[in-house]
Amino acid sequence: MTVEIPALSRGRVAALWARKHLFRTPLDALLTVVFGGLSLYLIYRAVLFAFINGRWEIISDNLKLLMIGTWPRDHLLRVAVAVAVLGLWGGLIGGLIAGRQIRLGISASQGMSATQRISDLTRRFGLMIGTLVLLLLLTSTGGPWLMVISAVGTGLGGYWVGRYVGSFELARWTARLGLLVLAAMPLAAYFYMTAAVPLGEWEGFMFNMTSALAGIVLCFPLGVLLALGRRSKLPLLKWVSIVYIEFVRGSPLFVLLLLANVSLEFFVPPSIAPSKTIRAIVTFTLFTAAYLAEIVRGGLQSVPKGQEEAAKALGLSPTKQMFRVVLPQALRNVIPAQIGQFISLFKDTTLAGAALGILDLLTGAQAVTQQPDFVGQGLIIESLIFVAFLFWVGSFTMSRESQRLERRLGVGIR
Amino acid sequence: MTTTTPEVARPPLYRNVNVLKWVFQLVVFFIVLAILFWLANNYLTRSQDLGIPTSFDFLDQPTSFDITGADFSPAEPVRNAYLVGIGNTIRISAVGIVFATALGILVGIGRLSRNWVVSKLATVYVESLRNVPLLVIMTFCFLGIVLQLFPRIEDAWNIGGLIIVSNRGVSLVWFEGTTLAPLLGFFLLGLVGWWLIARWRRRVFERTGAPTRAGLLGLSFLILVMVTGWFVLGATITTPEVADRAVAGGIRVDPSYFAVLFALVIYTASHIAEITRGSIQAVPKGQGEAGSALALSGFQRLWFVVLPQAMRIAIPPIGNQYLNLIKNSSLGAAFAYFDLTLVAQITVGNGKPAVPAFVLALVFYVVLSLITSTLVNIANRYFKLVER
Repeated sequence: MTVEIPALSRGRVAALWARKHLFRTPLDALLTVVFGGLSLYLIYRAVLFAFINGRWEIISDNLKLLMIGTWPRDHLLRVAVAVAVLGLWGGLIGGLIAGRQIRLGISASQGMSATQRISDLTRRFGLMIGTLVLLLLLTSTGGPWLMVISAVGTGLGGYWVGRYVGSFELARWTARLGLLVLAAMPLAAYFYMTAAVPLGEWEGFMFNMTSALAGIVLCFPLGVLLALGRRSKLPLLKWVSIVYIEFVRGSPLFVLLLLANVSLEFFVPPSIAPSKTIRAIVTFTLFTAAYLAEIVRGGLQSVPKGQEEAAKALGLSPTKQMFRVVLPQALRNVIPAQIGQFISLFKDTTLAGAALGILDLLTGAQAVTQQPDFVGQGLIIESLIFVAFLFWVGSFTMSRESQRLERRLGVGIR
Repeated sequence: MTTTTPEVARPPLYRNVNVLKWVFQLVVFFIVLAILFWLANNYLTRSQDLGIPTSFDFLDQPTSFDITGADFSPAEPVRNAYLVGIGNTIRISAVGIVFATALGILVGIGRLSRNWVVSKLATVYVESLRNVPLLVIMTFCFLGIVLQLFPRIEDAWNIGGLIIVSNRGVSLVWFEGTTLAPLLGFFLLGLVGWWLIARWRRRVFERTGAPTRAGLLGLSFLILVMVTGWFVLGATITTPEVADRAVAGGIRVDPSYFAVLFALVIYTASHIAEITRGSIQAVPKGQGEAGSALALSGFQRLWFVVLPQAMRIAIPPIGNQYLNLIKNSSLGAAFAYFDLTLVAQITVGNGKPAVPAFVLALVFYVVLSLITSTLVNIANRYFKLVER
């Protein structure tokens, strides 16, 4: 005899769900009502503010100032070209990685259909793309559209080329030449930009992005050396590293930036006389190096001792044991932590605006509320929400990508 | 039969590992020393050229600026201004740590709640605050919330006569007739009594099985001690009132102090919530299930079984957040909160030598960080799982 289980109606399913997740106990019901009411009210106010009450013309009128500061209009083309080159660069690297993964059969997207891939990419980067489109919709000229479209074009082209090249196993010298070209591309873009406007005058959101990027890249040599020094058995090296790392990690970045603002010219010959941006980047580099050292130290500890012993058994020199065998694995294991450090540096770049008086995104957003058209109208809320939103989109996307990478690397599982 | 010991050929000096190690070390050390020497030399010659002193003599010179919210005259030496600044930094950090821990743990538990609304709300809180720069949050709290959303003094919000909120700051109901220190002394006395009662009740419980009721008895004792102390010290309550475009009575919290503290608390709480959530999830599921099998209620299961084990895991990362909060309190200087950083900044602005003034502040922050991390380490060792 078969028992017929009656299918539940849709309303019944919803009622069961609500009973389980919203009204389990009287206390639960109370919480649901209080917090549900609160959230509904907040959502109502937020929607009202975003679409009706908010006066977003303060953003759209000043979009260029907020993004790239007082960059001269005659040289806007250089920004567009640099962005297109960076798009190509990013596309190439992404394509090379994808090609290599396909060649080795470890690609996550291999079994996916086209629709699945698109939905995967939308889930991961939709927020960023949506924000970009929103920014473009706020502009009044065609330039930014052309810039973004050309960058997307070069990026897609680069991806296509990179994936093709990456599917081959390259000869050693070809690979090295390719790496050299890859390293030269952002440098070329940088010099093309500084030919018109020196680094010291980069402002707006561009300052936040470039100084965070410069800080995280430049801190690598020092950070790795400090990590090696701290793990070394040689007492002098060890103590120099420990003192540096602990002193920097114990001091607030804001005070370090204030110190750099008034006294960097005391420590280097006056002929060098660094600009404010350089001061900020130097401070970011020295500051982040101490944190990176601790991250790398964690990575070094995560590499099994057998790796070093195996390298020794192969007769590699101590330097090669470290730089060819142990360090690459250590750095790979801590990629998520490095991304985390990058995110926190990205957020901390706002301190440079306050400490050194650089016109970054945050100080810019405060400055625009003092313009004759907008002064005294209480528009600081609109402009700060815009700033917070841009930082949020960047940090949130990166942190989710790093979580995804963490799962894929399987650190801690192996 | 004769045994011959094989002759050990000592390697030449330039291939002796021990010698090479020391040579390498000394070379690196001298390079570091040379860089330091170069920097120091640059600094000294340049200071001499510009006639800027490099000593700490400025500490004895008069301050020549006022400190809002402190009983301080500009004629006092800079040394005293630094002490006031240090006191303010410790004050905002200590208060911030207490509130951030409470809020963070609450939100962290909320994220794992079975209640869909609560868990979603907690998730939105954590994910939105964690990914925004603290300085943006702080600026928003100061310029947006306090100076703009809060009403003018004429139509200040009056919450039950206990709290008055306006754009000139927040005034709270407070006590008068005595200072804070003796009241805190009574509070500590009550806490010690609570601890002793808990120990005594535990022993009774182990001997007879009678319910401990330590929380109930201890809390009553604490309240008893506090009430006694209140009357012994002759303290009375003062409520804030709006009178003549100013708030009289109660304790006034400066707009900048309120904004900086609020931002520090909500930002750090979002990080602590994430740590709490991770730590609770790291407690083996069987522990909570065992609690259910013993017929513990949901609250008992959380409070007596899961949370103690989770907090054990959470202590080191939460300690890191405390360090971050202390360092982040230096941002208060950007909103005219007179902490150590702002004192150093204004001292330099008044023509005192920059390098010694800031280095002094840095050294203090490093010392405060070291003290905090030592305390966290002690707590960690105390609560660590004792294994057989």
